Amino acid sequence: MSVKVMIPTPLRAYAGKRDSAEFSAATVGEALSGLTNQFRELRKHLYTEDGKLRAFVNVYLNDEDIRYLAKENTPTKDGDTISIIPSIAGGSFAR
Amino acid sequence: MATSTQPQTGANRTTSLSNEEILRYSRHLIMPEVGMDGQLKLKNAKVLLIGTGGLGAPLGLYLAAAGVGRLGLVDFDVVDFTNLQRQVTFGSDDVGKPKTEAARARLGNLNPDIQIDTFETKLTSDNALELFKDFDVIVDGTDNFPTRYLVNDASVLLGKPNVYGSIFRFEGQATVFGMPEGPCYRCLYPEPPPPGLVPSCAEGGVLGVLPGIVGSIQAMETIKLILGAGENLVGRLLLFDALGMKFRELKLRKNPNCAMCGEHRTIHKLIDYYEFCGVRGEEAPGPDVQVPEITPRELKARLDRGDELFILDVREPHEFQICNLNGHLIPLGELPRRVHELDSSLEIVAHCRSGKRSAEAVDFLRKAGFRKIQNLRGGILAWSDDVDPRVPKY
Ligand SMILES: [Zn+2]
Repeated sequence: MSVKVMIPTPLRAYAGKRDSAEFSAATVGEALSGLTNQFRELRKHLYTEDGKLRAFVNVYLNDEDIRYLAKENTPTKDGDTISIIPSIAGGSFAR
Repeated sequence: MATSTQPQTGANRTTSLSNEEILRYSRHLIMPEVGMDGQLKLKNAKVLLIGTGGLGAPLGLYLAAAGVGRLGLVDFDVVDFTNLQRQVTFGSDDVGKPKTEAARARLGNLNPDIQIDTFETKLTSDNALELFKDFDVIVDGTDNFPTRYLVNDASVLLGKPNVYGSIFRFEGQATVFGMPEGPCYRCLYPEPPPPGLVPSCAEGGVLGVLPGIVGSIQAMETIKLILGAGENLVGRLLLFDALGMKFRELKLRKNPNCAMCGEHRTIHKLIDYYEFCGVRGEEAPGPDVQVPEITPRELKARLDRGDELFILDVREPHEFQICNLNGHLIPLGELPRRVHELDSSLEIVAHCRSGKRSAEAVDFLRKAGFRKIQNLRGGILAWSDDVDPRVPKY
């Protein structure tokens, strides 16, 4: 089953500049593992050291927040889209 | 603190329009969705804009033009040249002026019939409730996490809608928080990202049109809230991808366990938002790490003496194209795997735009065993100021 994971702009630098990637996965968690296995740098941006999704990263299955579904155990079906929505504050981060 | 363009009208609601106003707003008045009733609602409405920058520009212009009777503008910043690429309220003549003052002049000229109150101050936990209490709708056009959480919490405490918009490079988000039935910002993001994990400098920047579009969406939502018309974005996060030219929306739910708006909320007053977000209070924090430094003048003197120094530029290739100091380019992110390009027996001076990324590079290289390495304090910006003004600042 193929699931598309949308990678938001702030995290594309850690994902080979890709804006999305497809994985064969039966749950949201499996798709996210596929993503962080392919792009290891992404792991620390998405997960805490003890392996929990970070509080400022929201994950949606289609248009629904997985916190209100079965979290990472939420089952996926062919053609589903998973979106990672990190908080963005606004203007420029120039330094 | 407040300065006002017109005398306060107090609590008296205006119940009619002048003939001049009828002419000005005729394209609203002939629409049944607005009409005279709607236009009077706009005239009696009080909207507070937090930030007069990128998002604040279309917000201020459209809300003033639409006839929102009282506009409050909060900003402590001064117009600079890098603002003009997107902050279309301002002209070249405004560079150096306080943003609130320049915006008041522009919006007052656009619509002399509205009251514009300017607050040339930083929004803080001490003044937010006092500032917000006189307004019906709060519009968040800020650019940092501490102020976002502050605007959210103050809006929830006072029960006022918070029209939210934010942008990043080619992407925008917009929604309406703070309605009794809807979620707040903390329902969506209970905690801010730790400072080390916000997108890196190389990922910064914003396409100038983007805040124009997102700020216009906020202006539209504000007007709909005032009119009580249509379906607003409460409970929906609108995502805009300018490169793909796609709009999407996600469901936002009110979190029953939200610390701010949940049933058993734990936050009952404003807090220290800089501490909450783990950032220092001032705008230009120094490098995160302490490393040996060299000033631009010292570097110039040593180069003039003919000392052999290896200049390492850790910016991105597109920044190198803007200007450079003839250094060897290895972007910070590539440094770990390109370390072999460097000779640890040479004296190395690392630099970036402002000295922050290069401080990280120096820290990394010192840990990798490099001993003769220094950071150029203040980066290219300081080099341009202190040594060679022909090098452009960006
Ligand atoms: Zn909430």
